[in-house]
Formats: sequence, C-alpha cells, structure tokens
Amino acid sequence: MSERIAAPIPQASIQPKSLHLKRRHLEEAVFVALMRLCMLSAAAALSMILAVILWRGIGALSIEMLLQPPRGSFYLGGGGGIANAITGSVLLASGATVASFCLATPLALYLHVYARRSRTAIWVRLTLDVLWGIPSIVYGAFGFTVMVFLGLRASLLAGMITLTLVVLPILGRTLDEVLSMAPRQLLETGFALGAMRLEIARLLLRQTLPGLFTALLLAFGRGIGDAASVLFTAGYTDNMPGGLLSPVASLPLAVFFQLSAPFPAVQERAYASALVLTIIILVISLAAHLSMHRLGRYVVR
Amino acid sequence: MTREDSLTLLTRPGAARATATLLQRRLLDITASVVMRIIRWLVTLLFVLIAITLLVRSLPIFQRVGALELLRSHEWHPMAGEFGLAPFIAGSIAVTTVAMAIAVIPAILCGIYMAEYTSTRTRAWLKPLIDLLVGIPSVIYGLWGVLFVVPLIRGWIGPAVDGTLGQMLPFFCQTNPSGYGVLAAGFVLALMTFPLIVAVTEEVMRSVPQQMRETLLALGATRWEATKCIVRHAALPGVLAAVALGFSRAFGETLAVMMVVGNVPRMPTSIFDAAYPLPALIANNYSEMMSVPLYDSALMTAALILLVVVFCFNTCARLVIHRLSRREGWL
Repeated sequence: MSERIAAPIPQASIQPKSLHLKRRHLEEAVFVALMRLCMLSAAAALSMILAVILWRGIGALSIEMLLQPPRGSFYLGGGGGIANAITGSVLLASGATVASFCLATPLALYLHVYARRSRTAIWVRLTLDVLWGIPSIVYGAFGFTVMVFLGLRASLLAGMITLTLVVLPILGRTLDEVLSMAPRQLLETGFALGAMRLEIARLLLRQTLPGLFTALLLAFGRGIGDAASVLFTAGYTDNMPGGLLSPVASLPLAVFFQLSAPFPAVQERAYASALVLTIIILVISLAAHLSMHRLGRYVVR
Repeated sequence: MTREDSLTLLTRPGAARATATLLQRRLLDITASVVMRIIRWLVTLLFVLIAITLLVRSLPIFQRVGALELLRSHEWHPMAGEFGLAPFIAGSIAVTTVAMAIAVIPAILCGIYMAEYTSTRTRAWLKPLIDLLVGIPSVIYGLWGVLFVVPLIRGWIGPAVDGTLGQMLPFFCQTNPSGYGVLAAGFVLALMTFPLIVAVTEEVMRSVPQQMRETLLALGATRWEATKCIVRHAALPGVLAAVALGFSRAFGETLAVMMVVGNVPRMPTSIFDAAYPLPALIANNYSEMMSVPLYDSALMTAALILLVVVFCFNTCARLVIHRLSRREGWL
C-alpha cells in the first residue's frame, strides 16, 4: 500500500543515481559489512572459547572428578576429584551474594525512594561505578591486609568478606538499574495515597522481584568466577570446606593450580575443572535470562 | 446511643489501629532511613578506606627508597632489597596497549551496529551473547589463551610477523619462541575488554536524542553518514570514555594475563617478549611477601599504583558518561 504511493515519487523527482550518490551508498555498504564482520568474529570467538573448553575438558571429566576431594597423589596424577573446589566456590559465592544482597538492596532502594534524583544519589552511583572498576586483585590485597591486621588466617570467612566487596558494587548497580525500570507512576500514586517511603520501597521490591532474582543470579555468577580476590584471602586446601575459619578451595584457583602442575594427567584435570566452571556459568546465565522473562509475567507495567 | 457514638464505635477499631500504626509506620520509616544512610556511608567510604590502607602499607618503602626511585628503577631483587617497579609498569602498559590496539576499533564498530542498525528482535539475541562474554570467568579466558592463542602465536603468527615486519622493526621481532608474551596476553585481554566497550558505546549512542538522527536522515544523509555525524558531534566523548573503561579493565586483569604473559621481570622491547604486569606481580608473590623485609610494602605499592590508575580512568570516563546520558541533568 505505502509502497505503491511512495515508489513513483523518487523516480519522478530525482535523476538516475549520480556517481556521488553511488559512492555514498558504497561507503554505507562497506561499513555495514565491516560491522557485521566484527559482530560475527565476536560470536566466533565466544563459540571458539566454549568449543575449546568443551573439547579439551570432556575427556577428563568423570563422576569421580565431581564427587570426590583430591587424594594424596592427586597432583602427581593420582585419584580423586575437585569436589572440594566446587563446594568451596559455591559456599564462597553464595555467602558473598547473600551478604552483598543485604547491603545492596537497602542501598538501591535508598537511591530510588529516599534520595530520588538528588545530588547524593548521583554521587552514590558514581562511587558504585568506580568501585565496580577496581580490579579484584586490589580488593584481594586490601582484604589480605585487613585479615592480617585482624589476626585472621586465610579462611572461608575472609574470602567471603573480600568477595562481598567485589560483588557489592556489581549487585548495587544492577539493582539500581532494575529499580529504575519500575514505572514512576507507581511511586507517585503510592506517595499520593499517603504511604511511607518504606512502604513504597516494599512495593517497589515486590514489583521488581524478577529483576532482583536475575541480578542475584548474575552476582552469584560473577562471584563464582572471581579468583584474584580469593587468592590471598580464602587460601587453598585439598580438604572439603571445614568451617568458617578454615581455608577453602575454589574452582578458578583449582584450574589455575592444576594447569601449572608439570604432569599432563593433572593438566587434563584443569581442562575438566574449567569445563565444570563454564557449565556452571552458562547455566546461571541461562537461568538469569529465563527468569527475567518467565517471572516478569505478573508485573504491572 | 447517638448516631455519632455508633459511628465512632463502628470505625474505632480501624481508627485506633490507624493512629497506632501511623506512629509505628513513621518509626519504621525513620529506622530504615537511618540504616540505609549508614550503608550508604559505608559504601562511599569503602574506596577511601582501601586507598588509605594501601597507602599506609606502602609507606615504609617510600621512606626507604623514595617514591620516584621506586617507579624508575629497573632492578628487581627482593632478596637484596632492591625493588624497582619500572619493568612491571612497562609490562602492564605494553599488554594493555596491545589489547586496546586489537579491541578498540572492532568493539566500537560493534557498539555502533548494536545501537544504530539492529532491530529490537536482533538485539534481543545479540545482547545476551555480549552479556555472556562478560560473564565468562577470567581463568577460562586464560585457559583458552594457553590452549589456543599461545600455540597460534608460536606456530603461525610469530614466524609470519617475524619474517615480514620483524626485518624492519625490532618491535615485531620474534624474540621469544615460546609464544607466551605480550601479544598473547594482549589478545586474551582484547577479547575480555571487547564486550565492555561494546556495551558502553551502545549505551552512549542510544542516549543521543532521536531527533538528531531523524533530522540527518531527513536531510538526505545515508544511515552511515548520519551515524558518522552523531559520533563526531554528540557521542565522541562517550566513545572515548568506553575506551578508557576498557583500558582500566585490562589494566587490572590478573589471572588470565598471568597465565599467558610469561612472567619475566624485564622491559619488553618486542610484542613477542615475555612481560610481567603489576597484577601478576602481586598475585604471584603474595605467599612469600611476609618473609622478606619491605617485600609486602613493594607489593602494596603495586596495588596502590593499580588503584590510582584505574581510579583516574574510571572516574573521568564515568563522569563523561553521566553527563552524556543526561538522566541526572546537571552533573
């Protein structure tokens, strides 16, 4: 319909394509092709990473690997697995996620309900952004210093605290983004009806529950993959996690240490551990993606 | 009983509850606000606390050696008490620069593509892909570097570049046949910073008002010409900020770099040389740092340098982005 109306006009009013116009269209085509190429190579790189990890890791992966802690001669190619690292990582990441959730939720709600569009809100956002950018090795060094100052040893607790510092800005900023997607009218209606700010905050929380859940999952994924911060603070051990004050192993460090062993059989295990880590991350990302869509069905828009 | 009384009686349970809870509600509200304020101050002070801690811990070596000397000296012999951080700083800069040289142009193009050329439908597919690339742990990138990039450089890129460019420029000589070196680390880092630059570029491009696009198109510009104009006149600071953010991410990356960079404390002279960036220095030596005098102080200085560099880049970039996205108006 619209084509029928629009088509004759340019042909009637404009002369056949000039050389200049052709060159302009060529430039457009070249750059679009270039951009598509870049997108494609990024996708190719991602699939290549996954393919390399899968291809090298699948051979060494076994049930024993998943369910048992390392035995005595593990680093010489003996029996055992990485159950210690898997549980350690899950413990570290969940502790850190819970702790940073307890801090980040009030903070994000504060930004949206209490400090709405004030100078403070901007500064807090800027601080969170800057904190997000600090390398996790710096958090690790800081955590280590504090740990030594307090007389603690490398332990699950110290690792959790340091990891909390790493995850907090990520979670805080993500929650902030999630909350900013809630309709403004909701807040205004609430205030107009005479609700307290805290009640509005509760309303906002319920409203943004799916986004909250997604943010939690993403933070957990970030926590489980972070190695540099727990390197000093959580230590490494071949035993299963024993308690808050004893050192724990973590998956990224397991990959790292197994890879630096001189025996090919142990290096194979590093590939398998990396595969386990990658699968965990992929599952978390997928769950986060799905939860955003599935849980979001009942939200007022 | 009058009508008034019965009314009061009827409404009283509710009314009584309302007055009681109004106080309670106020109290709860105020308590919550105090708690939130405390958390806000904690988070705001966290950075200051980290900076002060690192500064205090690195003071002993400043007093002994002097800050400038520490940054300039090339000698790294912790056992002899010589702590020159210059090779490590050079290593960090080399690795990051190579990464930026590889990543920046494709990433910006991708960001522009995501913002200007994709439909909502395509974007719904592409966005999770980019997010996934962000979410992959650095140790996986490092392992991929060891398994794929290093053999590639050892077997193919190294000899090829050495044969052509290496004859003319010492910068491209294959000085190190193992493949572990600046180029490998740069390659891995490029892939790690890529999604960040894409995401920020896209965000910045999207914040440009739609009217500008429409005006340009109405004046007869092709889509690419409109994009060029938007980048040049509206989004350029934001794109630079994206690059700065990528730089600071690459500068502080630890494990992935450490696995492929070779870890030799020497000034890199060629892109195939092994280097030893600052984060790798900290991560590799933490276990022995308590046993040698001043060693811990030197490592904390390295952490402090990282913090300062990253802080400067990050703050500038974030200020630019905040200003561009205009959501907050005046900053």
